[in-house]
Amino acid sequence: MTLNLDSKIPDGPIADKWDNQKFGMKLVAPHNRRRFDVIVVGSGLAGAAAAATLGELGYNVRCFTYHDSPRRAHSIAAQGGINAAKNYKGDGDSVERLFYDTVKGGDFRAREANVHRLAELSVDIIDQCAAQGVPFAREYSGLLDTRSFGGTQVSRTFYARGQTGQQLLLGAYQSLMHQVDAGTVELHDRTELLDVVVVDGEVAGIVTRHLHTGAVQSWSAHAVVLATGGYSNVFFLSTNAKHSNASAIWRAYRKGAAFGNPCFTQIHPTCIPASDDFQSKLTLMSESLRNDGRIWVPTEFDDKRSPDQIPAEERDYYLERRYPAFGNLVPRDVASRAAKAEVDRGRGVGELKNGVYLDFSDAIARLGRDVIEERYGNLIEMYERITDEDPYKVPMRIYPAVHYTMGGLWVDYNLQTTIPGLFAGGEANFSDHGANRLGASALMQGLADGYFVLPATLANYLADRLSRPPVPTDHPAFAEAEAAVRDRTKQLLSTGGTRTVDWFHRELGKIMWDNCGMARSTETLTKALSEIPALRSEFEKDVRILGDGDSLNQSLEKAGRVADFFELAELMCIDALHREESCGGHFRVEHQTPEGEAERDDENFSYVAAWEFTGDGNAPALNKEPLEFEYVHLAQRSYK
Amino acid sequence: MDLTLKVWRQAGPGTEGRIETYDVPGISEEMSFLEMLDVLNDRLIVEGREPIAFEHDCREGICGSCGMMINGQAHGPQKGTATCQLHMRKFSDGDTIVVEPWRATAFPIVKDLVVNRSTFDEIIAAGGYISVTTGAAQEANLTLVPKAVADTAMDAAQCIGCGACVAACPNSAAQLFTSAKLAHLNLLPQGQPERWDRTVRMVGVMEQYFGSCTNHGECHEACPKEISLDFIAYMNRDYRKAIVKNRSLIAQP
Repeated sequence: MTLNLDSKIPDGPIADKWDNQKFGMKLVAPHNRRRFDVIVVGSGLAGAAAAATLGELGYNVRCFTYHDSPRRAHSIAAQGGINAAKNYKGDGDSVERLFYDTVKGGDFRAREANVHRLAELSVDIIDQCAAQGVPFAREYSGLLDTRSFGGTQVSRTFYARGQTGQQLLLGAYQSLMHQVDAGTVELHDRTELLDVVVVDGEVAGIVTRHLHTGAVQSWSAHAVVLATGGYSNVFFLSTNAKHSNASAIWRAYRKGAAFGNPCFTQIHPTCIPASDDFQSKLTLMSESLRNDGRIWVPTEFDDKRSPDQIPAEERDYYLERRYPAFGNLVPRDVASRAAKAEVDRGRGVGELKNGVYLDFSDAIARLGRDVIEERYGNLIEMYERITDEDPYKVPMRIYPAVHYTMGGLWVDYNLQTTIPGLFAGGEANFSDHGANRLGASALMQGLADGYFVLPATLANYLADRLSRPPVPTDHPAFAEAEAAVRDRTKQLLSTGGTRTVDWFHRELGKIMWDNCGMARSTETLTKALSEIPALRSEFEKDVRILGDGDSLNQSLEKAGRVADFFELAELMCIDALHREESCGGHFRVEHQTPEGEAERDDENFSYVAAWEFTGDGNAPALNKEPLEFEYVHLAQRSYK
Repeated sequence: MDLTLKVWRQAGPGTEGRIETYDVPGISEEMSFLEMLDVLNDRLIVEGREPIAFEHDCREGICGSCGMMINGQAHGPQKGTATCQLHMRKFSDGDTIVVEPWRATAFPIVKDLVVNRSTFDEIIAAGGYISVTTGAAQEANLTLVPKAVADTAMDAAQCIGCGACVAACPNSAAQLFTSAKLAHLNLLPQGQPERWDRTVRMVGVMEQYFGSCTNHGECHEACPKEISLDFIAYMNRDYRKAIVKNRSLIAQP
């Protein structure tokens, strides 16, 4: 261990920690803020919210996105909702309860202090977003409506039909465009981060490539925020948008930022099963469907009857049977593994036997079609467009797919990485979800980081640097990084092989899904660790990228991202292999209870694994941040 | 199925474009339109020909990145469906499909099927927001919003900003896009203080770049979210009102 992983958790009782921290932190006076340059990379919930708020506070902000508009960031695709401990339904919710549910749902692998802060801020987020005009669902009284979600027994999820992420992102995007109009934020669209520059151990800026002109350029700043999302696309088939990638956080890792718990990936239980070999991505059906849909498979193996021909006694509602207390609303990791178990046993449904049924017929009989249509209409339409089947008549077919990565850059309580001045927010950091994220908590975390945490903690970092101008872009470190970026581009373009980038990406995805997916073992992980480097060296020799680097070249963009995925995939397998326990989304087949549930090893693995880059060809170094549970008692999760 | 594709190819913004023809055999009905283009691109790369550049990202019909004219229709033949959600089962074996970029002066072509839609961002920057200082918001349930109003605001707010409305319009007008955002905010109680100023500014920027609306209704037909033309009427009404109301002493709804 070479890194000093100071989590900077403030003193005091857990409910006072964030207040104490805010009071203890330094401030930057309004007239001094314009003397600070801040870079925000990414324009999703965390990035747009941070850039808008920092701009509003008066800092000089530059916001970078590779999209043509900040509104396209993948936060837009989140469907189900956002949690907040408002207790509007009077069903016993509270900040403490949300805190408890999140720590437990994360299978005791998250920092208590961070999670408590998240639960506290959840309440402010709803106020902020309602004031921005986010059209949340309402009751007839005009009050805000909520619904329940997996892993909880209260109704605390606020939503805007099945498009909650879209509406929250548009709220943040509109605030961002307001600041662009006000001149406090300079927006750089179509501009992709290709390296992070560090001078004297502190962040100095970034190097970007403009996707339309190929121009490579340096940008310096006092502080840099990475809000660049997760890395599910390492699996090729995932529910992430096609461009979502790990390059920004991977470049930061290579420059010295530790990577926390890379193997913690979430497999979402309700996605549309793949239909053929050309499948380019998987589509998620919001988990909220599990509120009214019942999940089942035929009791018969290889049952070829259509679902309406199968009588009730020949259906196995396996979640309700195995987990009577939570039923269809067990957490995502539990629901996903149960579906995999049924399909692996040969009870899968659909043409390719690769799904389970999610059935609305009981809910339609109980509530009427209108109610179901109002709640899930757009999801059902989407399903119908993709599969040509009508869920009002036949049950949906669903299967788990990679959806979210709990792992990410290691950050302290202030969301600062191990590189001073480099911060990470949203899915790009590892912080709040432990080994499994509860539904409707990603939006909450992205906005908590962006609107409330980063603006406060950045001030504390900047306050000490008032008289220091940022490192100028003519510093040799920038020239060096620019040259490395150009070399890499040139190298990719000159490979002149025979296979497309997508071919390699698909192969990498297969290795990862088969060996580091829903179930992992020493055997599969060791296999992956020999296959990944072999495929990678083939990629380096045999990839074919046409065109040049001076104009829009989508193959070239992809190639750079896939090259980084190869390295990250290895780190994920190394981390999964070292963690000799099962927890949350990380299921090691060697470590399970007799009933097949995940078996944690708190004595030996109650820590965050923060991996450190030690140079190409060298094994990464493991650093451990011990986790202490003062308020939530360590217990085997039970949803029975 | 076996298809023939006629695709607009253009190397860059200043260069001349042309239609190129490709045979695309062996396409599955289960594929989405973009997956069909992926297959074609893979084949082109292996043959040493440059792949077709097109915009896409979420492939779930929500990010608004994708969009192309398919046989002269924005987003193709299926109503209420973005290109990424259009599946090949909507076509027949032996079809010839013509694929072109959005056609509008305000959306200049970047390459092949990729256009620049940043004028939409400029419209939003001109008042398409509610100004709330972060952290200054009041308790959310203090402002009641009648369910019908919230629902209508949501109908407008679900616009994905793809630009199909502009591409489908014979005048390249952006009324449907602008009115959807404007109605979303102007309908809500939270949007009242800035209502008249917002209306004048957003319409001003819109008119700077885009054509005029002559009520063809093609925008609604092409819209993947089927946003209603009523919002255009609402915007026109608010614009007329705003001219009178947007004065400091009479800022009443």
